[in-house]
Amino acid sequence: MDREREFWMLNRNALLMLPAFAMLAIVFLAPLGWFFIHTLFVDSDPSLLWPQIVSVIASRPMQQAILATNWISLLVTVSVLLMGYPIAYYLANRSGLRFTLVVFCIVVPYFTSIIVRTYSWMVLLGRTGLINQSLQTLGLIDAPLPLLYNKIGIVVGMTYVLLPYMVLTLFAAMKSIDRNLLLAARGMGASGPMIFRRVYLPLSLHGVISGVLIVFILSIGFFITPALMGGPSDVMVAMLIERSVEITLDWPAAAVMSLFLLVVTLILYAIYYRVTDVRRLMGA
Amino acid sequence: MHRILPGYVVLICLLLMAPIVIVVILAFSGAGYLQFPPTSFSLRWFVRFLVDAQWQASLWYSLVIGVVACVLSTTVGFFAAYAFVRGAFGGKKLLLSLLLLPIIVPTVITSIAMYFLSARLHLVGNLLWIGICHAVIALPIVLLILLSTLQGVDVNLERAALSLGASRARLFLRVVVPLAAPGLISAALFAFLTSFDELIISLFLTGIRAQTLPVRIWNSLHLEIEPTIAAVSAFLIAITGLVLLLDALLRGRRAATMQAQR
Repeated sequence: MDREREFWMLNRNALLMLPAFAMLAIVFLAPLGWFFIHTLFVDSDPSLLWPQIVSVIASRPMQQAILATNWISLLVTVSVLLMGYPIAYYLANRSGLRFTLVVFCIVVPYFTSIIVRTYSWMVLLGRTGLINQSLQTLGLIDAPLPLLYNKIGIVVGMTYVLLPYMVLTLFAAMKSIDRNLLLAARGMGASGPMIFRRVYLPLSLHGVISGVLIVFILSIGFFITPALMGGPSDVMVAMLIERSVEITLDWPAAAVMSLFLLVVTLILYAIYYRVTDVRRLMGA
Repeated sequence: MHRILPGYVVLICLLLMAPIVIVVILAFSGAGYLQFPPTSFSLRWFVRFLVDAQWQASLWYSLVIGVVACVLSTTVGFFAAYAFVRGAFGGKKLLLSLLLLPIIVPTVITSIAMYFLSARLHLVGNLLWIGICHAVIALPIVLLILLSTLQGVDVNLERAALSLGASRARLFLRVVVPLAAPGLISAALFAFLTSFDELIISLFLTGIRAQTLPVRIWNSLHLEIEPTIAAVSAFLIAITGLVLLLDALLRGRRAATMQAQR
């Protein structure tokens, strides 16, 4: 009787997911579907869809935006990896106060509003910003360095926003490395650098791949930081989409560009899904 | 190597904290422009933020939207997380990855699509609707927190309650919710924070009627970098700090509850 009842409860438990999926369907999936169907099939002639897609994707602004997006995302991913790996390594091998302090320094920016984080870097990097001010006061430079409203600004700002994702992903991967394997390598006479290169690095590689993927996925859709910190020639795809809605009011073009960005994002997410445990997404 | 690493980590930690610390210091500056270190200190920018009717209205909108998003996503997320942890069905990983989509799909696309629909339904500027839209974005973090919380709740306690004849509603209210309370509160706090800090969806959906704090900051940043923004930023940082502090305290409670169950 009890077993039967428990089995029945387990099946009923699945139904508890319904509210979440209803909300996802109504507030998230339906608007997306409606937007694409309406702009591409109802408001414009469906038979012209393919030429429309080709002409938008092949247009000069879009080609430049794709190039800028790829280049910036690549720079951001590499710098986040180079900065994040040593921090994650440090965290995975420490405990107590030092661990808590470093985690604090990662988590506070992580949960601070993106607009606030971007604003704070604008204060630091501007023409009369703190960095230029101090460099000039020290007499190291005569004229202010162009640090804001160009690629440097974007990469610094985005690296700052995305670093926590990399650190938390790498940390989770490194924490699960079996210490005994390192001891075994040492016991067989491997040197420190050799253990790192031949044992630790390969074992942490799936964390690196997950981290690189998630940072790249988030980079290619980035909007706030590049919109505020970039210059006129650094228009990323997400910005171009926003502009065609807000400025040129070209909804079909916005839909085609959105579809393109969405498909690329979903393909990368599918790869991410294959190689990693999605529950580790936010480092929870 | 062992000497370089700690130095490098300290350097990066300073780099991570510096912008936040500097903005907070600037918020207390007495000067009318951004100067560091400030030559005098005052609370005038905070006073301006708290007295100004428009900033007040923005704060109110942000609060209302945040509470709607928090209540909705925590409730819905709690049931979904419970289904994932206690339900017996296939394709869990795929279903979970679907619910995480709102943070994967570029927010610009989501926002434009939401705007496209909302404009037709005359929902632009509707606080309740914006809160519902934020709830979808907050759902992933709520789910991830509650999944790990509910995995820590001993299933035998639920079995005991059931075998003693507790109804389903009673099981939730008297056993599951109390045991998961610290995690639930954490999830609610982060859901609120997600909505309170959200910019892009608000940018499209608030119109001119219901500009939230991040939207107001965004609009001012396009004009000039004035110190009031530093004060508002310091305020948002303080909210984040508060949430993280409460979460740290709750984590302590969560660990204690799990100990007590053993």
